[in-house]
Formats: sequence, structure tokens, C-alpha cells
Amino acid sequence: MSTMANTNATRRELLIGAGVTGAVMLLAVRPAGATPETMRAAIRSVVGEAAVKTGKVKLDIPPLVENGNTVAMTVTVESPMTAKDHVKTINIFNERNPQPNVARFHLGPRAGKADVSARIRLSDSQNVIAIAEMSDGTFWQHEISVIVTLAACLEGNL
Amino acid sequence: MARVLINVPATAKRGSVIQIKTLISHIMEPGFRPGADGNIIPRDIITLMTCKYNGEEIFRADMYPAMAANPFVTFHTIATESGKIEFAWTGDNGFSETASANITIE
Repeated sequence: MSTMANTNATRRELLIGAGVTGAVMLLAVRPAGATPETMRAAIRSVVGEAAVKTGKVKLDIPPLVENGNTVAMTVTVESPMTAKDHVKTINIFNERNPQPNVARFHLGPRAGKADVSARIRLSDSQNVIAIAEMSDGTFWQHEISVIVTLAACLEGNL
Repeated sequence: MARVLINVPATAKRGSVIQIKTLISHIMEPGFRPGADGNIIPRDIITLMTCKYNGEEIFRADMYPAMAANPFVTFHTIATESGKIEFAWTGDNGFSETASANITIE
């Protein structure tokens, strides 16, 4: 530590130096997980350079989740689901789980209606995004914020 | 053998949209948790689920560790013909499971 090497350092300077070092160490030991940036990267890998518009998609998760281990989730997309105009895939992403991907559902005109439910895990209060890929190549999204009181199994990792 | 529960209506009107519910027992170990010995428990999840209606694929789901244990997935399809709806799951460590249900169109 550079502050230690300075023999003329006052007690106050030493304390400040130790505090800064401690803060840096705290930042360094934070576990590597999904961040909003890695989520954006995961979204880019699906949508490519296409613009993602807001609308058409409805992601339904209770805003206050008691247990992050099983979170009921429903995605519906407004679409006639015909051979010409249907939903091709529904992609679910999260911000703060260890990985940004949650699931990808492949649908087609045989689905009748774009309405999929599943149970997912959320390791923290965070934003969850559903992105639908339409047969005409456009992407639509819905982003919601979820508060989780009991995080999904990551004990010892945080 | 993983236990599977499937809910497909036994009969349906031609052209109507039916809901299909699936539940399969699986630990879905995400691969990020430390075990009792302090080491990370290796990942063990179902990665793919497919559904075929009389041989034609109508639904497919790619799953990641963020899927909850005992994956429960529901989706919809149009009741076109009487026949068989087949489900298949595959995952880590060679996991593989199949199930099927019959549907009669009135």
C-alpha cells in the first residue's frame, strides 16, 4: 500500500487510505453475474441490429415476489397467428441472475394464440424483459420491474 | 425416470384453440450454488423441450438455469386433427424423457 510507505503520513491520511483500499476490495469480491450490460449483449445476440419496439408483448409477473425460486410468469403477444403474420419466438431475459437468459419459446402459426406460461427463478429484485420476434422480422418488448424478497438459490455466493 | 404430468383436453372442437400444460420433475440444478463441501454443484438442467402434433412440431422451448425446478410450461395450439401429441425433453448428463397424449376432434 502506498500510504503505508509514506512515513510522514498522518493518522487521518492512513485511515482514509485504508478506507479506500477496503472499498476497492469490496467491489472486487462482488460475484460475477448478469448485469444490465450483459443482458443488453444477450438481447443483441438474439435481435442483431434490429430495433426493438415497445408494445404488443405483455409480460405478466407479480410485482412483489415472495420466493424467487419459483416465479410464475406469463407472456402474451398480440398477433393473429396466421401463416403470414405470427410470433416466431418469445425470449425472456433478466438483469441480475448469474446468466442473462431465462428461456426461449419457439412458436408458429399452429399455436393459435401466443400465450406461454412458465415458472422461473429470480436471484434478486430486478427488471425482466420479454422480447417477441415476429414473422415479419420485427421485435417487440415489454420490460417490467420485479421485487424479490427471498432470492433464488445462490446462498454463499453473495 | 422423471415423473411427467401432461394436461391435454381429451376432446376438442375442430379449429378451436386448446391449452396444453406440462410439468416434469427435474432438479434443474443451475450450476452456481456451492454444495455442503464448498464446491460448486455442477449444472444439471433440462435444456430443450419439444412438442409435436401428429409428427409436426408445434412448440419448442430452450431452457436455461433460470428456469425453476420441475419445469412447468403451458402453451396453446389449434386442434386440427384427431391424433397424438408427443412431448420430449432432453438435458444435461444425457437426460431424456418422452410422453404423449391422445386427442379426439369432434
